[in-house]
Formats: sequence, C-alpha cells, structure tokens
Amino acid sequence: MLTINHFLALSAILFVIGVVGVLTRRNVIVIMMCIELMLNAVNLTFISFAYYLGDMTGHVFVFMVMAVAAAEAAVGLAIVMALFRNRETVDVDRVSLLKH
Amino acid sequence: MELLIFYMFAIVSVAFAIFMIVARKPVSSAISLIGVMFCLAVFYVLLNAHLIAALQILVYAGAIMVLFLFVIMLLNLREKQGAISYHRTALQLAGVAVFCALLVPFMSMVTIPGTSGGAGVSADFGTTAGVGKLLYTDFLLPFEIASILLLAALVGAVALTKLKMK
Repeated sequence: MLTINHFLALSAILFVIGVVGVLTRRNVIVIMMCIELMLNAVNLTFISFAYYLGDMTGHVFVFMVMAVAAAEAAVGLAIVMALFRNRETVDVDRVSLLKH
Repeated sequence: MELLIFYMFAIVSVAFAIFMIVARKPVSSAISLIGVMFCLAVFYVLLNAHLIAALQILVYAGAIMVLFLFVIMLLNLREKQGAISYHRTALQLAGVAVFCALLVPFMSMVTIPGTSGGAGVSADFGTTAGVGKLLYTDFLLPFEIASILLLAALVGAVALTKLKMK
C-alpha cells in the first residue's frame, strides 16, 4: 500500500541531496541545478499532498513554482554568462566581490 | 504493483540525484538531473497529476534543462573548474547527514490527518480541464502575475547578456 509517507520521505531525501550539492559544489551551474532539484522535491510534496487530501490547489502551486523556476533559470544563467565573460570563471569561491 | 513501481523509480531517482552532485563534468550533472525529472514525472502520474507530469517533461526536462545544457556548451569550461571542493566538504556533509537522518524517519513515521484516502478523488482530478478550471477562476490573478514575471525574466535575461559591465 503506497502511502503519503513514501512520497514525503523520497522528497526529503531528494531535497537533502540538493542541499548537499549546493554546499559542496563550487561550479555555479551545478549549484543552480541543485536548486532546481530542491524545487522539484518540494513539487513532489505538493503533488502528493494534493492527491492524498483530494484538493487540486497543490497542482496550481506546482504550476506557479514551474513558472518561477523557469524565470529563475533564465535570469540566473544570464548572470552566469555575464560573470564568465567578465571574470573567466564559474567558481563561486573566486567570485567574492561582495565579500569584503 | 504501485509499490513496486514506486521503489524502482525512487531508487533510480536518488541514484541519479547522487550522481548529479558527484559528477565531475557539468554535462553529466545536467543529464542526470534530466533523469531525476523523468522519474518525478512517473511519480506525478502515480499521484494522478497528469497535466503536471506532462508539464514536468515539457518545461523542466525540455526547456529549462536545454537552457542549462546550452549555457554549459557555450561557456566551454575546462574540466578542472567546478570540481568538488574537498577541503570543506567533510564538515558540511556530516551536518547535512545528521539533518537527513533526523528528517527521514520523522517523515515516514508521522501520520498526517486526512491523508489516508486518495482513492476518493474525482474523475477530473489532475487533468488539464480540472487544473485549468481552477487556474482560470480561483487563481486568475496569480496566473496573470506569473505571465508578467516571465516577461520580466525574458527582458532581464536579454538585458543581462547584452550588458557591458565596466
């Protein structure tokens, strides 16, 4: 019997993998992909709650998350392009203009 | 049967996700993320969210990941860049692993009231008609705001790539 806890556990695992990726990787493109993975894990939570509560509002939320993720990916990757043109790197440890 | 499909794709998706964060080449990471997204589409079908499953493949695996792959190809990175930074990895991994170890059993043990069913969903649950009706009635304003957001992101992305920074 498939319960909501299966899906919640899976999405928690995927979210934590995304967090580990954001913390440990230095390539800004891979970090953005890990953010996408975290958004996807949250989407899975929304969909499973929508199904097990019998309420379709969760689907609308996932729709909005997808729109925001598309906007985030477009702007983020444009920033990465501008960053690479100016500093020839995508390593987040070497982009520290705002640090000091 | 459903349980078998769930475990099969759960294992595959977690394996893809782990490979995504340990892969050395960004292209391998992107391809594994596409794999994760296909597995998630399978879960959405299991959960009766047919429209979202189709959108997952069209928007995420199609549009967003192709954008990522284009940028990776355009930048033409050397392989050394973006490797895992091992010097600070151990401490962070330990912290996250503890967090994970606390979170997962909690998630799998707790019983959420009202979530026992799922069999009682209506016929148009998760279909394009059902979600569309909701989107164009109760959520019309957020829907319009999302379109403005996408337009702003479009203009912003073009402006950022055309920008000459001093």
